Amino acid sequence: MKTTHRAVPGIALALATSLALAACGGGSGFEDSGDSGDSSSEGGGALKVLIGSSGDAETKAVQDAVAAWSEESGTEASVQAATDLPQELSQGFTSNNPPDVFYVSTDTLAGFAANGSLLAYGDQLSNADDFYPTLVDAFTVDDQFYCAPKDFSTLGLVINTRLWKEAGLTDADVPTTWDELETVAGTLTRGDVVGLTFGPEYQRVGSFFPQAGGAMVSEDGTEATVDSPANLEALEFVQGMMRDGVAAYSSDLGAGWGGEAFGKELAAMTIEGNWIAGAMENDFPKVDYTVAELPEGPAGKGTLAFTNCWGIAEQSDNQEDAISLVEALTSADQQLAFADAFGVIPSVQSAAQEYADGRPTFQPFVDGAEYAQNPPSQEGAADVISDFNAQLEGLQDGDPEAILQSVQQSMQAVVGQ
Amino acid sequence: MARTINSGRTRDGWLFVAPAFVLLAVFLAFPVLMALWVSVSDWRGVGSPFSGDVGFVGAENYSNILTGGSLQQRDFGTAMRNNVYYVLFVVPIQTALALALAVLVHHRALKGRGFFRTAFYFPSVTSAVAITVLWLFLFNSSGAVNAALGWVGIDGPNWFGDARGIFHTALGAVGVDAPAALTEHRMLGISWWEWLAGPSFAMSAFILLAVFTTSGTFMLLFIAALNNIGEEVDEAGMVDGAGAWQRFWHLTLPMLRPTVFTVLTLGLIGTWQVFDQIYTGTQGGPAKTTLTPAYLSFQASFNSQRWGEGAAIAFILFAIIVLLTLFQRWALREKS
Repeated sequence: MKTTHRAVPGIALALATSLALAACGGGSGFEDSGDSGDSSSEGGGALKVLIGSSGDAETKAVQDAVAAWSEESGTEASVQAATDLPQELSQGFTSNNPPDVFYVSTDTLAGFAANGSLLAYGDQLSNADDFYPTLVDAFTVDDQFYCAPKDFSTLGLVINTRLWKEAGLTDADVPTTWDELETVAGTLTRGDVVGLTFGPEYQRVGSFFPQAGGAMVSEDGTEATVDSPANLEALEFVQGMMRDGVAAYSSDLGAGWGGEAFGKELAAMTIEGNWIAGAMENDFPKVDYTVAELPEGPAGKGTLAFTNCWGIAEQSDNQEDAISLVEALTSADQQLAFADAFGVIPSVQSAAQEYADGRPTFQPFVDGAEYAQNPPSQEGAADVISDFNAQLEGLQDGDPEAILQSVQQSMQAVVGQ
Repeated sequence: MARTINSGRTRDGWLFVAPAFVLLAVFLAFPVLMALWVSVSDWRGVGSPFSGDVGFVGAENYSNILTGGSLQQRDFGTAMRNNVYYVLFVVPIQTALALALAVLVHHRALKGRGFFRTAFYFPSVTSAVAITVLWLFLFNSSGAVNAALGWVGIDGPNWFGDARGIFHTALGAVGVDAPAALTEHRMLGISWWEWLAGPSFAMSAFILLAVFTTSGTFMLLFIAALNNIGEEVDEAGMVDGAGAWQRFWHLTLPMLRPTVFTVLTLGLIGTWQVFDQIYTGTQGGPAKTTLTPAYLSFQASFNSQRWGEGAAIAFILFAIIVLLTLFQRWALREKS
């Protein structure tokens, strides 16, 4: 018998936990007045906000913002930072007691939308038209605008100023095409330093796809286009740079991500998003860098956009107040405050000018928003992407065509549902 | 009169076991049954799995994982391959090492036995998370392990970033490359050649980690068993003119059989359920070579909202462990 219970791993424990939580949330006791309905007519209860924070700065900024809203509206609200956001959210939903407002990433959006956890409130927002259209697309599932984009990031080319000068390069040499990128990467590859680095994942390597005119799925999201000639061209270009030794994965340099390899000066350039600013400031304050837009490929400019949104639970007792809180959190002023606190780019166009004026270095990231592509967010796409990432790790010695074909197959299975 | 007393006793008996019984039912039997139901339902992780709008889908979740060539099947196949190698390496090595350590520190001639016992047991009492983090540092591409390998002229791999299987690497070194016969045929969605990859360097580091942390615990079991074997047995062997090795092989080891069974069983169960090292260390990477069924079950449920498949993986894992334990019991039975 002992083997029996040892043999059912994590999940049994998780279910036991959710059962216990369900018992608390089910409404028979405690202060929770049970299922929704009656409580919302009384103006609703306190709001619970759950965030996946990047650090103390972010947690504090959100806490302050929520506290300010709370004071103004008279509705209590508390903020908690999750250690494992998807897991804690899932536990909340299974026990009918989810947080009211929470971060949702694009890869988990479809799953939560499909199982009915999320309230599709996007159109009810007063500032709905102010968001960048790309970001609204990212959070639209089956023509429903689910949740308000919280902020966004795009990828840019981050350049180490010192290594750049030492290699005899000037501002005029900042690469604007693939050929130039390959050339400067070659020039910068000296001694132990590699010219260009990026993480072994679609979320970095994939930025070359739109530059070649490719994408993971067709525009309307009904067809997988992973094995397109454009994507193949992009992947072969990346593979070529890696084989020539002028580009390398951050993992091959012994770093956890591109920013770490860049900060340790193992590489002179990296493809990263604006979040690199925080890491550079905290961990590598002595390394000077500039940012440029990613170079153009055969089909023009391209980059990837990453974003999170403020999700509201369908099961929330207090949806009205939750929406008002999200309006406050996504207002231009509030987003500029967040930008100051933890380096994100505001998701509303009305804040773009002021944001860029205050941070000329970040202009390339903001410019990227105009032509950025969203990673695929169909239900199940996250698994396909992680499979793609697993295969990309072997890109240097691998066969790009075979990789794309195998991902095409799994992606088609996902979008064809 | 007597009947009354007896029935009272029965009632009291039930009363005394009731708390334990209720606890077991609520925290053990019920969750297991619930997980079993989830594995055959289309529950999506919202509300109670027993609510009216959750439907019965039969073996669909199981067939999604086990057939069809889908990504889910490939992931499960990969996780199975990784874990099979993990078990194949960890269980024999940790058992042999634990036995060897036990015999060494059991020896009366050894000075400072207490010190060595404590030293060998120490890794077992340290938290798995702390040791995993330590391991990540040690096996970093520029970490202590590679520095030590460098002294003897070996250019160490980037352990936790290296997805190459060690068998593939060894075969590649002698010039053998994927034969078509092996790449064409598939089992659980991945090719035979992939099955033969061996543990990746990342997984090998986890294998060493498991051996390092668990050998101490099992050493204790062996020491306890060795203490139960009287000295006269050993002396009788000596009188019969048996050498040290013969005495160990023909006298000590057979008498340790029940303990060997326990250690193998515990090792088997523990290694098939490996989760915390993966969760803290690599989250299944590089290239999914440290993905294990236990971690996959968690990932499918909590991150992908495919709760049915997650539960199904847990039950497949359960079946594997039970079958292997039965097999082992049969293999280690008294053959007289």
